[in-house]
Amino acid sequence: MNEAIFTVSEITGQIKLTLEENFAQVVVIGELSNFKAHYSGHWYFTLKDDKAQINCTMWKGVNSYVFFTPEDGMKVVVKGRLSVYPPRGSYQIDVRSMQPAGRGELQEAFERLKQRLAAEGLFDDELKKPLPSFPEKIGIVTPSDGAAFRDLVSVAERRFPLVELIIRPTKVQGEGAAKDIADAIAEFNNRSDIDLLIAGRGGGSLEDLWAFNEEEVARAIFDSHIPVISAVGHEIDYTISDFVADLRAPTPTAAMELATPNYVDIINFILEIDSNLYRALEDKLSHNRTLIESILSNYAFKIPENLIALNKQTLDNSVYQINSHLNFLLKENKNQLVLIDKILDSFDVNKTLKRGFSLVKQDDRIIRKSNELDKMKVFSIRFIDNEVKINE
Amino acid sequence: MSKKEKFEELLKRLQEISEQLESEDLGLDKAVKLYEEGIKLSKLCHQKLEAAELKINELKSDVTAK
Repeated sequence: MNEAIFTVSEITGQIKLTLEENFAQVVVIGELSNFKAHYSGHWYFTLKDDKAQINCTMWKGVNSYVFFTPEDGMKVVVKGRLSVYPPRGSYQIDVRSMQPAGRGELQEAFERLKQRLAAEGLFDDELKKPLPSFPEKIGIVTPSDGAAFRDLVSVAERRFPLVELIIRPTKVQGEGAAKDIADAIAEFNNRSDIDLLIAGRGGGSLEDLWAFNEEEVARAIFDSHIPVISAVGHEIDYTISDFVADLRAPTPTAAMELATPNYVDIINFILEIDSNLYRALEDKLSHNRTLIESILSNYAFKIPENLIALNKQTLDNSVYQINSHLNFLLKENKNQLVLIDKILDSFDVNKTLKRGFSLVKQDDRIIRKSNELDKMKVFSIRFIDNEVKINE
Repeated sequence: MSKKEKFEELLKRLQEISEQLESEDLGLDKAVKLYEEGIKLSKLCHQKLEAAELKINELKSDVTAK
């Protein structure tokens, strides 16, 4: 028997060669266990089924392309090559890529994380922060060239152009997306001028949206002291971010609508206040007017008025009495005067007539000179005792 | 916002004035003063809304995330 004798290194080298040549590319399905993300960035885990298990490694650099965070119990499909590690005499799969074995796997991971975070209190309603009614600066966590950002801008422009949008361009899918989202939220929290955060992206597949289902993002949202609106796509109903966020919006458009007051509503509000102000002042004025009127119509205020009226009447009466008395006196005197006049008058003529003179009258005029008399017409001569008519 | 006053504060004050003005036990002098202040505020709000233009500010992305 000419049996060849190998050293351990030699046989290991042969095994390594055989295995690595024959299994240069393998695709393996199995359940994850003992998953360890080493601080160096490399991943170490075991794939198993009910009868066997195999060690796996996934190096930093390739594992960043895995869109989800692997968890023990998750069924995955890995692609890679078999490699032998001579110092330990062990073999393992050097994994180049990893996919969930099916949608169900992601759903289960989602449910597990959801339950764990819920139990921890990250979704508690009493921890939700109220949104500001009139935000001045809104921090945006999304790609600056995405549809989501365009929607956010156009809604803000239409509804509430007083606001300032501050976008921190963020990677939301693929390698490092969860970390970038978490970093962006933390960066905004280092500023003191941001009133509200909107973190989100447009619609996409479950895989595209997965970053928003990552624990890292959930923790960043939970730790944010700025209120966060989660606005992720619309293809699936909810992401973990939606549950942790202070408010969940179905789309970025809806998020901005929830975040901002409506321009037209504000204008109407101010117009209403304008008319309230006017009406309130008018009420006040008319109230005061009525008050003055009611005070003036008080009986107390009528007394002087009545006194005046009363005195006026007395005065009028007195004046009337004085007037009529004066009139009476005047008439009386006038009559007496006429009488005296007559007496005086007749007294004078009679005295002259008595002495033998006569008075010639024609046409009721006293004739003083001879040429005044018309001898042909009627005239009268008055004597002391009688009057004689001539030419009658 | 261009000026120092926060828009929200202006609206709040405007509403306060409106409510105060409607209270019964307010003297006429005070009422007229409040009314004048209210009208001034309302004008300012209208001006701010009319002059408003959306501001967008882009921050530098954290490149180490790659």
